[in-house]
Amino acid sequence: MISLRPRRGRDVFFPVYISMSIAQDEIEKLATLARIRIDGAQVGDVTERINQVLELVDQLQAVDTSGVTPMANPHDAVQRLRADEVTEINQREAFQAIAPAVESGLYLVPKVIE
Amino acid sequence: MYELTLARIISGLQAGEFSSEELTGSFLTRIAALDSQLNSFITVDPDAAMAAARVADQRRAAGESGALNGVPIAHKDIFCTQGVRTSCGSRMLDNFVPPYDATLIQRFNAAGAVMLGKTNMDEFAMGSSNETSYYGAARNPWDTTRVPGGSSGGSAAAVAGGLVPAATGTDTGGSIRQPAALCGITGLKPTYGRVSRLGMVAFASSLDQAGPLARSAEDCAILLATMAGVDARDSTSADVPVPDYAATLGDSLQGLRIGLPREYFGEGLDAATGARIRDALSQLEKLGATLVDISLTSTELAIPTYYIVAPAEASTNLSRFDGVRYGHRCEDPTDLLDLYTRTRKEGFGDEVKRRILVGTYALSAGYYDAYYKKAQQVRRVIRDDFLARFEDVDVIAGPTTPGPAFPIGAKSDDPVAMYLEDVYTLAVNLAGLPGMSVPAGFVDGCPVGLQLIGRHFDEARLLNVAHQLQQVTDWHLQRPANPAEAA
Repeated sequence: MISLRPRRGRDVFFPVYISMSIAQDEIEKLATLARIRIDGAQVGDVTERINQVLELVDQLQAVDTSGVTPMANPHDAVQRLRADEVTEINQREAFQAIAPAVESGLYLVPKVIE
Repeated sequence: MYELTLARIISGLQAGEFSSEELTGSFLTRIAALDSQLNSFITVDPDAAMAAARVADQRRAAGESGALNGVPIAHKDIFCTQGVRTSCGSRMLDNFVPPYDATLIQRFNAAGAVMLGKTNMDEFAMGSSNETSYYGAARNPWDTTRVPGGSSGGSAAAVAGGLVPAATGTDTGGSIRQPAALCGITGLKPTYGRVSRLGMVAFASSLDQAGPLARSAEDCAILLATMAGVDARDSTSADVPVPDYAATLGDSLQGLRIGLPREYFGEGLDAATGARIRDALSQLEKLGATLVDISLTSTELAIPTYYIVAPAEASTNLSRFDGVRYGHRCEDPTDLLDLYTRTRKEGFGDEVKRRILVGTYALSAGYYDAYYKKAQQVRRVIRDDFLARFEDVDVIAGPTTPGPAFPIGAKSDDPVAMYLEDVYTLAVNLAGLPGMSVPAGFVDGCPVGLQLIGRHFDEARLLNVAHQLQQVTDWHLQRPANPAEAA
């Protein structure tokens, strides 16, 4: 998608790819990835709202981050390790007591394999 | 009795001035009379609360004492409470009764606290107004046509309205500090890792942190002492000693350097709010602090960075809600895909769906490097900007929000306008720093808050500064009229 829009800090209009703007059919693909059904009637509205957010985050493209290591955790903490010993007890009954559908200790879902 | 602070309640219980049963009964009466006006609670179990209060009184009589024995408290409905519905403000968990307690809940129970109920919140903690809750909007006790803020809006409204002396909340982008500011109470978001997240339903795992909302810094210090500490079952919790927060509340502020980022006082800040903040800061100056002009050049990057990182992490965290093991499940699913897609369509509200889709996009093949990885790089830039400023100042201060509470419905049609509410608070979560909001006066009869930001694990200093401010000002002592009277 190409459009004319001003870039932050510059005086001139010039064509740029608005890489963060999504088309409706891409929204439907995303909905499938996210396993959320969106009604046909709502897709247009959802697309518009999401594009508003994506326009907001577009600003990051202008930031110079060359040489900066990505930060996943504010303290750059790493996973703590412990001895490979059994410390938890099996509580399946308690946990499955609140399940929508269980049988013989298994969670029931619609048939997956024909 | 509802006007007592936590500190006063503890001393009163110890001295036998009143029992936990009397105290709990009086708060339950207030909740029953007034919460229809505030909608601050999702679940209240009066029988269980009174039973717990009686147990606390018996324990006290037997000489057993936890630090919070018999003290009434409310918990945001995001903390798993065994046997008590935990909804996260969502239809997805409307029927979810956890089989275990969050670590935070266990700590409060061990300390003897009496839970009055679970408070209202924006759905899955995504919001700044408590308007996205499946259980309806919560209302600001100062003006019930206005929002209490969010996502911990129920906790803030309940404390400000005198329905409970203190409450717990969570803060991912401002969700303790902003509602505390809009409701005129004191709220603290601890350093990332200070409080265990085990059993706290996850929104954004690298940003979420639990904290107290109460009527004073002293009360927050009491609560933080119970909440803080490493947890072997939360590998992101920090193995850092917990200081005695109460012991240093009274330290002098002589020589304290308070940095004021010029970016926090520019365009976008309501003029009257800015004036209130300046008044509060001049009080700190009178107490011996030095105000220092600083610049946090990364300030404008906080919103775009947050709105990639938080939705991305949320999209992953919320993928567990699939109708299989607990929570909402659609009726008569035709196949597995139908089970997932229809359960999630029905269970999630619009803002949650929006954020999941934005997050899914930012993490998807072809876009991950340009957006999620980029945001993680900018996140380090933001954190390092703060760390560099903390070489020259001890605390960074400014307004918590751009203005006082806005009317219910005013921003719910424009997600970006809503996101701008958090412009001063988001960076603190991105950097993992502790932040507090302290009452700082009123604009058009509605409270505004002063935000204090500290170095990692420097909660004691923030509590000290807030406490000293509260010794020479009375904004934190103001209470709204009862909602029924105001109507």
